Formats: sequence, structure tokens, C-alpha cells
Amino acid sequence: MSENNNKALIEVKNLKKYFDISVGLFRSKPLKAVDDVSFTINKGETLGLVGESGCGKTTVGRTLLNLYKPTSGEIWYDGKLISTPADIREFRKKATMVFQDPYSSLNPRMTVSDIIGEPLDIHKMYENKQEREDRILELMSHVGLNSEHASRYAHEFSGGQRQRIGIARALAVNPDFIVCDEPVSALDVSIQAQVINMFGELQEQLGLTYLFVAHDLLVVRHISNRIAVMYLGRMVELAEAGEIYDHPLHPYSQSLLSAVPVPDPKVARANKRIVLSGDIPSPLNAPSGCPFRTRCPHATEQCAMEMPPFKEVSKGHFVACYKVDEIN
Amino acid sequence: MALLEVKDLHTSFFTDAGEVKAVNGVSFFLEHGKVLGIVGESGSGKSVTAYSIMQILAGTGKIVSGSIKLNGEELVGCDEKVMKTVRGNKVSIIFQDPMTSLNPTYSIGTQLMEAILLHTNRNKEEAYDRAVEMLKLVNVNEPEKRMKQYPFELSGGMRQRVMIAMALACEPDILIADEPTTALDVTIQAQILELMKSLQEELGMAIIMITHDLGVVAQMCDEVIVMYAGSICEQGTADEIFYNPQHEYTKGLIRSLPSATTAGTKLQPITGTPIDLLNMPKGCAFAPRCDAAMKLCIEKAAPNIQVNEWHRSACWMCIKNGIENGSIVVEEETESKGGDNE
Repeated sequence: MSENNNKALIEVKNLKKYFDISVGLFRSKPLKAVDDVSFTINKGETLGLVGESGCGKTTVGRTLLNLYKPTSGEIWYDGKLISTPADIREFRKKATMVFQDPYSSLNPRMTVSDIIGEPLDIHKMYENKQEREDRILELMSHVGLNSEHASRYAHEFSGGQRQRIGIARALAVNPDFIVCDEPVSALDVSIQAQVINMFGELQEQLGLTYLFVAHDLLVVRHISNRIAVMYLGRMVELAEAGEIYDHPLHPYSQSLLSAVPVPDPKVARANKRIVLSGDIPSPLNAPSGCPFRTRCPHATEQCAMEMPPFKEVSKGHFVACYKVDEIN
Repeated sequence: MALLEVKDLHTSFFTDAGEVKAVNGVSFFLEHGKVLGIVGESGSGKSVTAYSIMQILAGTGKIVSGSIKLNGEELVGCDEKVMKTVRGNKVSIIFQDPMTSLNPTYSIGTQLMEAILLHTNRNKEEAYDRAVEMLKLVNVNEPEKRMKQYPFELSGGMRQRVMIAMALACEPDILIADEPTTALDVTIQAQILELMKSLQEELGMAIIMITHDLGVVAQMCDEVIVMYAGSICEQGTADEIFYNPQHEYTKGLIRSLPSATTAGTKLQPITGTPIDLLNMPKGCAFAPRCDAAMKLCIEKAAPNIQVNEWHRSACWMCIKNGIENGSIVVEEETESKGGDNE
């Protein structure tokens, strides 16, 4: 998007996040929500992250911001490794989050101005009350809210407006990077486009970098420069947005993209869907080797042995599949 | 004769804050073996229309006026006994959320058999066989084992299959599907839609598909109704609605969708916020958000006119265009009522 195109702002190396789940009275078992995921996000870029529920896409976003402590792996921000609590505190001034559900992510007992002002309070980002007030009103006008809304409570707003409040809160600390976790999926169709446009405008004005997590593939394609596909905690494909839609290489990406209902009756009738059989396995009992092999029409014994490496097959196009040459 | 005929249906909820007119004069036909899609955003009255047909409205909800005829038989105001023979037998419904619409304290088998025992003359053994047969029909693997399991042991897609099996167990003429795939993932959604389509062809029932996803409509439906604030904006064949939309709201919806070609550009959203049903405007409900709204739109709601053989629309812009290109003849000067298409 911008001219410093190739400068990585966020670098994630071999990120793992396991949750301990108790499976008996005294036994617990690791749930591998994110397993060995590596990627970079360039300055001013939007990286889309897609996958089905339980694939770990939200966990990636949250672990990235240290809302969950990573089990292992490194997160680099602007060339610096984030490791100590002081780093994390500093990092959170630069990286914020917009949550999925605009209903439960806003405290019902706080006014809009307190919700937006809270990050300012935490990071002590103002000298006096007037400055705080001014900043809050500036943020509200950024996201298209009126100044008279400041003293109201969240329940007085519609879903779209609530999401605007959530976005203003995320912008409060003047971040460079925002994790957007399904920010439009709870909104009505007629409102979605407004909020999507706002993300685009804010990116242009403020030079923001986004990790855009969503399951609506048409929305992700619209907003993202590059897209990563996840399945059961693993990243299976990563490429430019147009490339991944036109030439998906991983069998999972292929079926996922073909399953998207296209809002055009003639295309929908002609569309040949690759309908997968079966359900997603539980991440507690993930299959050995490639996690997708139990539903993959091309799986062989090799796939059960070991996770295929995540390798670059053409410029900027990464795939984790042994059979990638055979299938395509 | 149409299988289902809904005429000028008005359904309201009488709340402490006043009367909420959730459905405001809805009329449509449904023929045997057709798939009718009802699209609209939350609060547009699409689900309430379906619940009115089944007469399963929540406490404060009431059908105020209108008529619902199933095979020529009037359902509005009929005895509860009659409705009991309609629900499940002739019209079945599957709900949006398969997680909450099954009873967690009963096994799948008990719940399936309950529906069959209630609505048919089968005895317990026959009902068991029928339940297993239905599970096979909806591609549930190991149906005998599933019969003994409880809803929490099944995945979302599997639960929705059980719901479909339950709804179809008594071979209804009409299946109402209220956002059947909204809670599901994309690949599972594809499985369920495929299943519904093949069952529909096999069993020949009609489906009313309620959804907010125009993609699902394009894939599944023969005919489409677009609703906004309790009224029908536009109705017609799927091709007419997608390729020849006449109402400004439908046009706006289709324009605002992201697609392969919109990457890097701005979407064209519908401005404003959804309507408050307690504070309905005097004229066209969509007028406050409509870019093309004229003075007339704010004062008076547009009549629902026939655009062509397969298409009706209620929008002054559509009538204005019709008058300009001569396809609509104005009958009276003061009453600018659209006549039929010549």
C-alpha cells in the first residue's frame, strides 16, 4: 500500500499456543490452538487470516498481542523482540485490538467517553482533563460519532455504532498496528460495508497495519493485501489476495474458497463446489502429520507421517502440502 | 391452487413501549416444490413472517389481520387443534442455532421419535426404525449409535442434520428454514445447503429459506422476497432480483457487497442506521436512508406494483422510471397509483 512496502512491522516466528485442558480428575492434555505458525506483516499492509471456527485464527491474534502468553515462539515488532513485561506494556501502546462482538466487548456501565478514554488513562497519555476530553472527541469524529454521544451508554447504540466505539477505543493510543478479530461478522449486511470502508479510510489517513481475522472470505478478499489460511492450528497457505483466490494450491484452501456462496445466481448455478466430507477433527485429537489429511481427497501415507513443511512454491506463495505438484 | 397463500399479513408485538409492527402487510404465494428465499436484515420481519405461518409467536406477539391459507384452508384464527395437525405434519421449521434448539437432556433418538410418535400412527418400534432411516437420509454416519447420544456429543453440522431429520420425519409439504446455516462454518454450510437441495428434489417439498446472506439465496432459491422494516420491498424470481433490481434498497444491498472486483476500491454502503420499529416514518420506511429519496417517498409509502410477469416492487423510483419509459400508465392524477405493466 505505502512506499515502505517491504519493511516488516510484525514478525512472528514459530508461534505456539497450547492450552491445558483437563481430561480426567488429575490428567490434562495440551490443546494445540496454534502450532508452529510463522509470518510477517509489512508496514501499511493488511494481512487477512481465514479459517473455520476452532482453527486458531483468533488465538493467533490474541497471542500476538500477548493477551495470551505464548507457549513458545517469538514476536518481533519493528525489529525488536517483545519479551519482558516492560516490552509488552510499550508494545500495547503500538498494537491494539478490535473485537468481534460489539455487544459484549463494551462495558455496559461505562459511558462512551470513559470507554474510549480508558486506554488513555492506562497509558497516562494526557496532561490534563481538557486534553483527555479533546482527544476523545477527536477520536469520536474519526469514526463518525457525534460529540453528543460521549455521555451515553453502549446499550443506546446500534451494532454498527457500537463497533465504531470499539474502533475509536482501539485508535485511542495512536497505534501502528490493529488486530481486527471478526469486526464485521456481527453486523447487518447494510452496515458491514460502512464499517469496512471505515477501516480502509483509517488505514489511509493514519498509515495503519492490520491483521484482519474473519471467516467471511468475500470481505477478507476485499480488504486484504495478502491472505493466510489456517486449519487446526496450522497455517496451510499464504499468498497475495488475488493469487490465493485465483490459484489456491492447498486442497483445503481450494474447498474453502469453492464453498463460499457467491451472490450471483448464474455463477452459483455453474459453480462446481468441492464439498468436503466429515467434520473438522477436535483439536484435542488432531490427526498426526498433516491436520487436513482426514478430510483430504488426495491424502496418502506420507501425509500421516509428518507435517508437510511450509515452503515457498512461487514468489510470495507459501503452501504446506506434500501433494501440491500432483494436485495442481 | 398455490400450496401456501399469505395475504396482507400484519403481525405486531405489544410491548410496554408500544405496538411494534414487525410484519406490515406481507403477501406472497408459494407453489409446490419451489424454494422461496426471504432476505432482510435483523428486524426486517422475515423470521416473524415464518413464525406467524407456524403460529409460534412469543407471548406478546399476535397476528392482527390478514390471511394465511395452506392448501386453501385458512389458518389465521383457526383452532389450536388444527394448528397441531399443521405443525410438523404439513409445515416444519428448522431454526438458526442448532446448539440451542435441541433439548440437551434428551437423547437424539428420544427427540426424533417424539416428533414421529406425535404426528403419525406409528408405534415405538416403527418410530425407531423411521428415526434411523431419517438419520441415514441426512447423511449422519452410524445412525444407531447417534440415536443414543446427546446433543452435546455432536458437532454443529451434525446437530443441524438432526434438526433437518426431525423436521422432515413427517414428510411436510413445506420446510421453513430460519437461517439454517448462519451458525455454521463455510465448508459445513456447503454440506448442509447441498443436502437440503438434494432432499428437496428427492421429496418434492417446498422450502422457505430465511436468510440475510445473498450468497445463500443465489445458490438455493427460485424466488426471492426482499423485506425491510416489516414490509416487502420487492419480490420476484432470483434472476430478476439479482440482475434487474427495482427497489432502491435491493439495489443498495447488491451494490454494497464486496466481490472479486472491489478489492482496493471503496464499497458503496447504504448510509444511515437500521430503522427503529417503534418510530416508523410516515412514508416509505427506507426513505430516510435512501439516496434517491424524493419528497413523495417521505410522505407516502409506494404501492406494490407489477414490474413484469415475474417481478413486483414497491418503490416510487421504480414507478417514476416506469412512467418515464411508458411502461406504467397513470390512471388518476391525484392518486398516483401504478397500473399494471402493459
